[in-house]
Amino acid sequence: MAQPRSMNMGMHGRGGMQGAGRGAENPVKTFKRLMKYMTSRYKWRFVLVCVMIVVSALASISASVFIGFFTEHLAEIGVGGAPDAQFYGLLFAMGGIGAFGILCSFTYSRIMVYISEGTMKRLRDDMFSHMQSLPIGFFDAHTHGDLMSVYTNDTDTLRQLMSQTIPQIISSVITIVGVFFAMLFYSVTLTVVAMLFLGLLLFIVGKLSGKSGGYFVRQQASLGKLNGYIEEMIEGQKVVKVFCHEERAVKDFTALNETLRQNATAANSVVNVMGPTTNNLGYVQYIVLALVGVLLAGSGTVWGISLFGFVSNGSWGLTLAAIISYLTLARSFNMPVQQVAQQFNTVVMGMAGAERIFAIIDAPSEDAGGEVTLVRVDRTAAGYEERRSGALWAWKKPAQKAGDAAEYVLLRGDIRFDHVTFGYTPEKDVLKDVSLYAKPGQKIAFVGATGAGKTTITNLINRFYDIRQGSITYDGLDVRSIRKSDLRRSLGVVLQDTHLFTGTVMDNIRYGRLDATDEECVAAAKLANADSFIRHLPHGYRTVLHGDGANLSQGQRQLLAIARAMVSDCPVLILDEATSSIDTRTEKLIEEGMDKLMEGRTVFVIAHRLSTVKNSQAIMVLEQGVIIERGTHDQLIEQKGKYYQLYTGAFELE
Amino acid sequence: MLRTLAKSVRQYKKQTIATPCIMVVEAAMETLIPYIMSLLLKVLQDAQSANMPVDLGMVAMYGGIMIAMALLSAAAGIVGGMLASQASAGYAANLRQDMYEKIQSYSFANIDKFSSSSLITRLTTDITNVQMAYQMMTRMMVRAPIMFVFAIVMSFVVNAQIAWIFVGAAVVMALAVVFIMSRAIPGFQKMLVKYDDMNGVAQENLTAVRVVKSYVRENYEIEKYKKATKAAYDFSVRAQKWLVTLMPAVQTVIYVTMFLLFAFGGNLYFGGDLQISDLTALLTYATQILTGVMLFAMVLNFMALAKPSAKRIAEVLEEEVDLKNPENAVTQVADGSVDFENVGFSYDKNADEEVLKGIDLHIRSGETVGIIGGTGSAKSSLVSLIPRLYDVTEGSVRVGGVDVRAYDLETLRNNVAMVLQKNVLFSGSIEENMRWGNEGASFEEIQAACRAAQAEEFIERIPEKYEYDLGQGGVNVSGGQKQRLCIARALLKKPKILIFDDSTSAVDTRTDALIRDALKKAEPDCTKIIIAQRIASVQDADRIVVMDDGKIAGIGTHEQLLTDNAIYREVYESQVKGGEE
Repeated sequence: MAQPRSMNMGMHGRGGMQGAGRGAENPVKTFKRLMKYMTSRYKWRFVLVCVMIVVSALASISASVFIGFFTEHLAEIGVGGAPDAQFYGLLFAMGGIGAFGILCSFTYSRIMVYISEGTMKRLRDDMFSHMQSLPIGFFDAHTHGDLMSVYTNDTDTLRQLMSQTIPQIISSVITIVGVFFAMLFYSVTLTVVAMLFLGLLLFIVGKLSGKSGGYFVRQQASLGKLNGYIEEMIEGQKVVKVFCHEERAVKDFTALNETLRQNATAANSVVNVMGPTTNNLGYVQYIVLALVGVLLAGSGTVWGISLFGFVSNGSWGLTLAAIISYLTLARSFNMPVQQVAQQFNTVVMGMAGAERIFAIIDAPSEDAGGEVTLVRVDRTAAGYEERRSGALWAWKKPAQKAGDAAEYVLLRGDIRFDHVTFGYTPEKDVLKDVSLYAKPGQKIAFVGATGAGKTTITNLINRFYDIRQGSITYDGLDVRSIRKSDLRRSLGVVLQDTHLFTGTVMDNIRYGRLDATDEECVAAAKLANADSFIRHLPHGYRTVLHGDGANLSQGQRQLLAIARAMVSDCPVLILDEATSSIDTRTEKLIEEGMDKLMEGRTVFVIAHRLSTVKNSQAIMVLEQGVIIERGTHDQLIEQKGKYYQLYTGAFELE
Repeated sequence: MLRTLAKSVRQYKKQTIATPCIMVVEAAMETLIPYIMSLLLKVLQDAQSANMPVDLGMVAMYGGIMIAMALLSAAAGIVGGMLASQASAGYAANLRQDMYEKIQSYSFANIDKFSSSSLITRLTTDITNVQMAYQMMTRMMVRAPIMFVFAIVMSFVVNAQIAWIFVGAAVVMALAVVFIMSRAIPGFQKMLVKYDDMNGVAQENLTAVRVVKSYVRENYEIEKYKKATKAAYDFSVRAQKWLVTLMPAVQTVIYVTMFLLFAFGGNLYFGGDLQISDLTALLTYATQILTGVMLFAMVLNFMALAKPSAKRIAEVLEEEVDLKNPENAVTQVADGSVDFENVGFSYDKNADEEVLKGIDLHIRSGETVGIIGGTGSAKSSLVSLIPRLYDVTEGSVRVGGVDVRAYDLETLRNNVAMVLQKNVLFSGSIEENMRWGNEGASFEEIQAACRAAQAEEFIERIPEKYEYDLGQGGVNVSGGQKQRLCIARALLKKPKILIFDDSTSAVDTRTDALIRDALKKAEPDCTKIIIAQRIASVQDADRIVVMDDGKIAGIGTHEQLLTDNAIYREVYESQVKGGEE
């Protein structure tokens, strides 16, 4: 039964290249785990489904057997006779069993919908929830395309596998076994013949599947190549136009397209050939069985070997009715064999997909960090007291021993790096022996070329990555002793690559603090100088943004990101090229807002434009992971060092 | 829509038509085999009832005929299957080719209308869907009904009374399938929309993972995703529930038909009107007729689901390209002068407000003009009219004294080189990328262009030098390096007019100045139009245009504008005070 979503089966669309043709490493283990996953929540329902599959398979076998009994009975009564009680008995028994079988198959497929969809939902939720707990390093190590392909292609194949393939395989196996015994009862000789054909069938299917596997891998590879080309060229289509490069673009495309056509033709040919071949082999078997059956029917032969006595009276030849039943059975034997053979690809692909899904679920989570939490407190005579609506933020150090009181440290925003060394890989240090301090309320700027380690410093403060040597303290506490979520909650971040979410403009600003009122959001937008352009949007603050805010300019998106940070009201701010796409005049306009935002806060600024960092309390010039100069703007200018050269334009930043 | 899509069949017409024809042979064989089988069994039946030995000659003959038929059927099936895959893969390739070529003819406005990501989906996923539906169509669309008709005819041959039962059953089956599908298909379409939403959330979280983590919004996002998976689950269950009723419904019809066949057939047998061997043949026909109906319904189902994809493809193919090469086009650009004559422009022809209003601007050949203005002041829109990336809505733009709409597009764009703001490089070596500007450029010319664009210095530092692979979209070089390579690429065109649309924003001020110097020396006669954020980049220009809200707010030299243009002065002060210059 073809299912609509299976349209994408075997030919993944975008991003289908990854994982294509890659088999499962340990299919048996993965399958076991998948079954456990599926049955853990739906144990009894799954047992019920299995029982019903067996019942409905047996019902359909008995219907075939009844056809034999029925024709046998007809022949017994003979032409000119009249229907007797057994005639009606057989007829209604056949009808009754058939109806029961249908009822079972209807019920189990309904239940299976809930089981497979429910399991899929759980699998997706688990995968996504777990992904949220993974460290940044995981996302840096995997491409979005690869991960997205797990969310789309792999789950899709798996759903297909669970909702259809597994029930079908169970049903097929039952049918194959049941029919085999029924056939054996009718005639051992004919069954031996039938098994010879089965061997031939399996041989052909095996050959063709093996061949199709190779073709499919090649098809996937060329599809991936072509889709990659399409992606790159369409993204750069405007450049193609400006350079009148259309003809050349078509030429390269044509070659890739032709390769794909050839490989796709080959791959699909094998699949298309498989159906008619096995189907007609079934016919040949049917015919040969009929011929052999007719030979065995002749009186005097003793080779029918029927275990159940479907032989003519007085001789060992098979009766006509027995042959007819046998032929019907033989056909219902071949069908499930073919079906199981055709499911082979789905199972292989499903297992490979399941393995990738489990790989995400199994990836080690980011640790939660230390014990110190961030709480609201009020100042009292005895020190600080924790209150939900407290006016101040404080770090809460849990009691060391039972009976001790928790210790509170007021959050001030004092951040120190003490001889910090770090590298993303053990081979290469990105930061070498960096020491610096930011006192509460200070603005610290980082200046330096791409790759000098500016962004890395901010990645260490919020513990996206952990340092290798040295220490980082926050209000005197080692950052590793602070719970990560609380540490990050205390840091407002505006990143160079602005990312917005599908939702209204208001929702996007509120992302900074979920309980912010509309008024607070609008006020933040005003401070960020975003209010005027937001009001010009079709629905103002209620305009829905799609695709990462694709309809906004980079500058406008940065303004929204700044508004978002303003709403979050964090004691420490990290501005990583936060205003790089905003023109200097607008930057001037939001300066007041920015000043207000930075007031009383510890701020780390990374900026390309030196005008942005000029009024910092300390400017650090980084080169290859080392702070080579530090001081105020005036001091650094006086030093006539690297900063001076940068400032006067003698060196470039990129 | 169908006519548009049919155009792409072309050289695969033969296969497309031959496939169903050959399928007819397969269907005919499949329906004849049961008939011959019943004749064979009749031989046995007659022999047994007469208590005579079986006529082995007859048995051999019928057996031989049937095996021949099975082989013929297999051959037809195999050939048909191969032709079908040739037709569908070929058709998909043609369709892809047609779409791609059509997109190459698109103007900027056309591209904007669809957006790149949507065009990519149409060229990839949608084509795959249509290919699958096409293959189903060529193989099954004819075979299923033919099988149905043949089986009906054969059952009439065997026994007319029973055949009427089959006709009735087929009607019931068709109604049942249509009913169930009409419930399931809309459900699936809705489900797909929910799937897109769900995957959208996952995608967003992958790209914005740093934002999510920084704001500690993991649980918020998990809730959001769970809501999306719940919606997908609900719609999926609803659609699936209908779909899974299909099989039991089909089985019910088949069982009821069998029941009737045996009840009536039994009585006919007693009356001597029907042989037992006929009964087996009829049993097979019943299955064939009913599967024929079901398969046909399934094909329709497939096509219904591929229809949105087909529609999206047709939209691309049917899109009217709004910028066409004129007839008797001018193929010579006299000089590098540019004249804007009362130009009005908007991206959307129905928009109330124009992006550019009443622009009058005359640039002499060889002049250097700077353009300054805030975000959204329509600087880019203004210059994009010169190489005719868009057409004016009002007034006219002339290059070398001739309206841009009279030029051959290639001539115009080869003479007006524009370095786009959102620029990209392509996979391949630096040299290959440079050849975009001029296919036949000598290596020395490429070096010279890179030198002028101040790119030579960093290229020389890369071990592979000009052989260095830039990676998809040019990811292997930094922003500033990319901009310089893009400038070099444009220089290789040897244009009469060179336009920089904020092309040196990531380049430091000193290099920026060096590029301008080098240009002045290398291309003294070339008209240069420079959009910039930095005053320093335009300060030395012959004239500077100040744009504000789609209008020219002032034209003059740096000194003139400083004294009499408030906006210019404001920008200047913001930068000087800021300390950039």
